[in-house]
Amino acid sequence: MKSDHHLILRVIAKTLLPLITIYAFYVQFHGEVSAGGAFQAGVVLAVAVILYALIFGLAEAMRAVPPWFARGLAAAGVLIYGGVGVWAMVQGGQYLEYQALFNEPPGGHNGQHTGIILVEIGVLFAVAGAMVSIFYALAGRVAEIRDEDW
Amino acid sequence: MWDIILERGSYWAIIAVMMIGLYIAFSAENLIKRLVGLSLFQTTICLFYVKLANVANATAPVLLAEDMPKDAYRGEGVAELVHVYSNPLPHVLMLTAIVVGVATLSLGLALIVRINESYGTIEADEIYASDVKVQMAEDADAARTSGEVVR
Amino acid sequence: MILEPVLTSAPDWAVRHAAVLVVVVPMLLAPLLALSPSNRLAWILTVAGTAAAFWFSLILLAIIQEVPGSAISYALGNWEPPIGIEFRVDALNAMILVLITGMGALASFIAWPTLAAEFKGERLNLLLCAFLLCFAGLAGVAATGDAFNLFVFLEVSSLATYVLVAMGAGKDRRALPAAFSYLVMGTLGASFYVIGIGLLYAATGTLNMADIAEQMPGLSGNRSVQAGLAFILVGLGLKAAMWPLHQWLPNAYAYAPGFVSMFLSATATKVALYSLIRWLFTIFQPDLAFESAVLQWVLAPLAMAAMVICSVQAIFQTDVRRMLAYSSVAQVGYILLAISVGTAAGVSAGLLHLFTHALMKGALFMAVAGICFAYQGSTIRDFAGLGRSAPFTMAAFAIAGLSLIGVPLTAGFISKLQLGYALLDQGWWWAAVVLVFASFLSVIYIGRVLQAVFFEPPLNPRKNNKEAPLLLLIPLWILALVNIFYGIDAGFPAGLAADGAAAALGLGAAQ
Repeated sequence: MKSDHHLILRVIAKTLLPLITIYAFYVQFHGEVSAGGAFQAGVVLAVAVILYALIFGLAEAMRAVPPWFARGLAAAGVLIYGGVGVWAMVQGGQYLEYQALFNEPPGGHNGQHTGIILVEIGVLFAVAGAMVSIFYALAGRVAEIRDEDW
Repeated sequence: MWDIILERGSYWAIIAVMMIGLYIAFSAENLIKRLVGLSLFQTTICLFYVKLANVANATAPVLLAEDMPKDAYRGEGVAELVHVYSNPLPHVLMLTAIVVGVATLSLGLALIVRINESYGTIEADEIYASDVKVQMAEDADAARTSGEVVR
Repeated sequence: MILEPVLTSAPDWAVRHAAVLVVVVPMLLAPLLALSPSNRLAWILTVAGTAAAFWFSLILLAIIQEVPGSAISYALGNWEPPIGIEFRVDALNAMILVLITGMGALASFIAWPTLAAEFKGERLNLLLCAFLLCFAGLAGVAATGDAFNLFVFLEVSSLATYVLVAMGAGKDRRALPAAFSYLVMGTLGASFYVIGIGLLYAATGTLNMADIAEQMPGLSGNRSVQAGLAFILVGLGLKAAMWPLHQWLPNAYAYAPGFVSMFLSATATKVALYSLIRWLFTIFQPDLAFESAVLQWVLAPLAMAAMVICSVQAIFQTDVRRMLAYSSVAQVGYILLAISVGTAAGVSAGLLHLFTHALMKGALFMAVAGICFAYQGSTIRDFAGLGRSAPFTMAAFAIAGLSLIGVPLTAGFISKLQLGYALLDQGWWWAAVVLVFASFLSVIYIGRVLQAVFFEPPLNPRKNNKEAPLLLLIPLWILALVNIFYGIDAGFPAGLAADGAAAALGLGAAQ
């Protein structure tokens, strides 16, 4: 049986990871009325993946969140953000004019709400994907630290 | 005279750190240190903007509950400011600048990793020396082959 | 007008949103490319994206030319400027946009033949993604009317550029340190620009360029504004490779992949020069005592130093790409000299030279990219005897080279002539002397290459004659023929430059 030097680390990390993820979404969706927002949420979400990689090894993390997925997430985020802008144009508004999203009469707030939430989700995806990609790109280049060297 | 200097104390501190960063970025031979200097320089720009945004006795530009209308969560009503806030615009600008800084830093690190892989060093002078060696070998090669053509 | 058919055939949505679509289309295609499964599909999308952007910028130019002296203002998100971010296109931007998008379309066209062999099986789509981001960033710098937005677009394009330069490492590892030093210098330049913006914001409380310009007359003695101008000048000067801030340029252009050097030489420094003109003439007024001193005592001497020193350095290069890169710094000197005259004629000559220099340097770098691809070498020694083994490529190279020297009947002659007139009008005969002297130096460095190409025997007798690939020859000859055509009838670019200068100086329409 393989001895596990980091039993405590791993057990604690396992309980922390879901909390970090939930906290990321809290920062994301509460950013509307308090400090925080998609940039911070994206970084926190990426931190969860990076912590997982640090504790369980890069290979494990790459199996859980593959590099192509991280890159695709970043690209999808940009597309969502830009797509909202194009949607507003199709609806007859200016680029990124949230008010025009649903062709509301003046005073309606649905467009503003939906628009900002979609854009923030785009930013969340882009930031989280980019952060994880950067981590993979830099960490994947060096040999992994062996258990004995800790 | 002293008033002018002391009144702007935080600006002097910012400029001092900024110049330290600039000096490191120019003088360090180690590429990582150069990148650190660059990051320091960029960070002080953020400090400079935040200092610009400062209003006397103001709080951070995050809307507090007392200033919010009751229906704020439904997107209705107008905020009535009880508190004084500092100017939020420079903060927003610096959010963008920080993102640019992160991108620059990670791209720089990625380049350093690649440089280390192909040169085996991250000291600028050693990289330069090995480039010069390659260039001189190429030139000597050129001189030899052109000599053959003449003969 | 020549461009009327473009406008009449364009659909309504394109006319209404052209100012923003010219940036948005390539910028949204870039993430799609990152997801593209095939290299060829990625390339086709790149060509489609750059061509679409070219079409949008032609529409913009046509709209501007319909009402002389007008400007298109596009409020992003329908937030009225100066509160919101504004895309503002007048005769000056429209010209720069047409130049960038046109050269970008040609560069994306030659990307496939020069890259497909080199990056076989690798993910070419990511490289093309970086190219489109760079393209979108440069178009954004040209289109935006917001000072801070300009910085963001500048950094988008610069970050993509560092990646593109580093991609030359597959052939020559020296691309990596070149990209790194470009990164350090470029980031410092952008940071200086941001400090300048901050100082101006402190004095004016706005980031909209037109709004800053309106407040400027009341602030002429303000120290913070003067310091802001100095920081912006240094920051944009770094990006524009103004001598002596040009150290990053020769290596970056010499070791980048061929189509990247072609694209960068034709657009990157040009965009920085455009924003310099925008700041110096539209936002700050050249009749301010402070600025006229800057123009005459800082810009003009630096420009002349660049013209002479970098031309001499170009003469001593053994690598054709490095030689062309040093020549680029010298040519930036010509443009800055024209700007520093400070009159409408000077700015117009500068813009015309900016335009023609993009055409000829684009053609030269394109021909060199083709030769690098076909013969695996870019030293002058490798070029010996190519006049016989690759006559079509080298004929175009020679035409563009003559245009760079400024031989009559080429585009370069027209722009240098205008530059000379602008200098003499101002009574700067000494600058005109330097201009002629620098042109003689360019005869020497271009002459060295042409002599090797046409009059020296090939180094190793080559078994078969090999031209550059056909996909590269077509855009190359388009550029070469445009060089000759504008040398004979310069009406179109000269008109653009005159309108652009009038727009920059706020004079309304030029005649």
